[in-house]
Amino acid sequence: MDNILFGAVPYIAITIAILGSIWRYNSNRFSWSSQSSQFLENKTLFFGSFPWHYGIILILLAHIVVIFVPSLMLKWNGSPGRLYAFELIGLALGFLALFGLLTLIYRRLSNTRVRAVTSSWDVLVLIILIIQVVTGLGNAILYKWGSNWYAASAVPWIWSIITLSPKTAYIANLPLITKIHIFNAMVFITFLPFTRFVHFLAIVGPLKYLFRSYQMVRWYSRSAKTENLRQYK
Amino acid sequence: MDVRAQLSMQFNLDKCIGCHTCSVSCKNVWTTRQGAEYMWWNNVETKPGCGYPLTWEDQDRYRGGWELSGSSLRLKLLKGPGKLRTLANIFFQPNLPTIDDYYEPFTFDYDALFNAPAGDDQPVARPKSLITGEFMDKIVLGPNWDDDMGGSPLYASNDPNLKGLSSSQKELLTKFHKLFYFYFPRICNHCLNPGCVASCPSGALYKRGEDGIVLIDQDTCRAWRFCVSACPFKKPYYNWDTGKSEKCIFCYPRTETSQANACAHACTGRIRTVGVLLYDADRIEETAKNPDDRIVEAMREIILDPNDPKVIEAATKNGIEENWIKAAQNSPAYNLFKKWRIALPNHPEFRTVPMNFYIPPLSPILHQAKSDQGGTFDPETTDFFTDVDRMRIPVKFLANLLSAGNEGLVTESLKKQMAVRIYVRQQRVGDMGEAKVKAALSDVGLTETDAEDIYRLVTLGTFEERFVIPTTHREIKSTTDPRTMYEKRGIVGFGTKKKEFIGRQW
Repeated sequence: MDNILFGAVPYIAITIAILGSIWRYNSNRFSWSSQSSQFLENKTLFFGSFPWHYGIILILLAHIVVIFVPSLMLKWNGSPGRLYAFELIGLALGFLALFGLLTLIYRRLSNTRVRAVTSSWDVLVLIILIIQVVTGLGNAILYKWGSNWYAASAVPWIWSIITLSPKTAYIANLPLITKIHIFNAMVFITFLPFTRFVHFLAIVGPLKYLFRSYQMVRWYSRSAKTENLRQYK
Repeated sequence: MDVRAQLSMQFNLDKCIGCHTCSVSCKNVWTTRQGAEYMWWNNVETKPGCGYPLTWEDQDRYRGGWELSGSSLRLKLLKGPGKLRTLANIFFQPNLPTIDDYYEPFTFDYDALFNAPAGDDQPVARPKSLITGEFMDKIVLGPNWDDDMGGSPLYASNDPNLKGLSSSQKELLTKFHKLFYFYFPRICNHCLNPGCVASCPSGALYKRGEDGIVLIDQDTCRAWRFCVSACPFKKPYYNWDTGKSEKCIFCYPRTETSQANACAHACTGRIRTVGVLLYDADRIEETAKNPDDRIVEAMREIILDPNDPKVIEAATKNGIEENWIKAAQNSPAYNLFKKWRIALPNHPEFRTVPMNFYIPPLSPILHQAKSDQGGTFDPETTDFFTDVDRMRIPVKFLANLLSAGNEGLVTESLKKQMAVRIYVRQQRVGDMGEAKVKAALSDVGLTETDAEDIYRLVTLGTFEERFVIPTTHREIKSTTDPRTMYEKRGIVGFGTKKKEFIGRQW
């Protein structure tokens, strides 16, 4: 069972995510949007969107960074003081994200205007996210110290997936709640190209914005090269 | 010198009667889709008034446009560490207007009128929200909600342009017999230094090199909504259904084929003219950095003389076609804004270098009966035709709206319009006296030919004189779209290739 769920499913998820993104990008770029609803309701959104995004982005960044430098994590956690500080910050960010997400769910259900622009895909998005945040917080609270065993067992498993030699043994003994967390992460990856999750893949634009010049000009009557972008000052 | 062409529209406010025909023709052509019902790419406001969206000119609230920060120009939206702040606010924008600042789009429950059972009472059609589909208690706002409410303490007195007016001038708003108001039609200004383009994190907005029209690439827009906040004129609109922003496209499918824009073409008062301007793209930033009292002059300087052989040569070198240069030479835009100096830009102090121009309206002389009864105007003795300062609409108000507070520019325009009237009256009625005509014209620096030309353009101008729009050379475009205009209706300007994709899918 573990072999299927954590040996084969990751590849299916990643394949669907990549092919799905390419397919949607090429066939229907118009639908590639964050579908912001701030325009319809912006009071509750402040208490939902800000905590949610900043909490989850920092936690996700920590997950990703540790994949590449697990030894650094273990070294950092070598001293109890630093371990407590790290875990406490992580937990605080987790609750921040949970608070934000619950606010967003409440907003989506209670505000008639927002409900009017809610598709069933949006409901799926919220279900996936709430499962992920709750199981993540459960891990952190029930099984100490998550940052340690994430670096020691989950990261090697992730590397075994990346290097195309899946070894589910690394995570076979993890508690059920952790396995749900990992499996749900793969569900998230599967649905990345579908739903409004795509705005997660659109972060390239904003990052480019930091370095581009203010104004953009496009020409159509010049050569194919200048048809793209020409910038002035 | 980097010469580029720009399409520009001018509005003769002296002739606008506030009929909203422009708004309706624009709406019928472009914004009848779901999510766009509340958008009025062209709207007409009563000034003084709050406008649409409410108090859009108040940049303390919306933080649109540019500001000088030391010697550099930066978006007003980017308070603090530059562009990083933009990204920091990407999840929630403190300065974004919401639909309540525009109005909740509505329809009426017409079925109730047709299907009501026979009874003693008239059936009524209750208003219904076009967003939620639910009945609305009452309609509280609309796109021209304060139409003709010039004296309203609720709307007119909240106009941001009243800043700097003396208390006696503000008093005009409350006294019925002194009251003033005029109409102010607005479309996107297709600025040379657009705030919307500069703020888009996705790079979806761009200015077209050939004609200067500012567009939103619908396939690249990711609904970060910064264009809505950064535009001081609030002319990009967020489509709440598709999750994409949209804006006035200057009817480019029409202008490319030399047709007049839908709004301008439909104008019953014939107040609008459209023409080409040649400008120097190298000097945009420098122009936008000018202090408030210089900015309109700087904008006039960046517009190049299309008859100057050097300009023609540089334009040709830059690939501007002959028919465009010729159009620039006959351009009503050039004549009104630069040659005759009677048209002014809307809020140049926002530093976006807007490219639509307005002829400020003349208004009746303010009077309370005869001067011996405490009035300021005696119709029997006072000279009706010269006194600009005693017009009902305070020059300061017009200056706040059209020249960054520079009253001299507004007075110049009003005096020129007066001089033309004196000139024409002498021609038609002959009771002004040649000496007076000469004095009036030389006082404002117009020749008789100028006066004749202005009179012709703003009163008798034919379609060809009012709309000098050169055909765009689509034949040298690298990709061709084989679809006919009929097939493209409703999706032109949206970048997407398939009509069935308009609307939300995911």
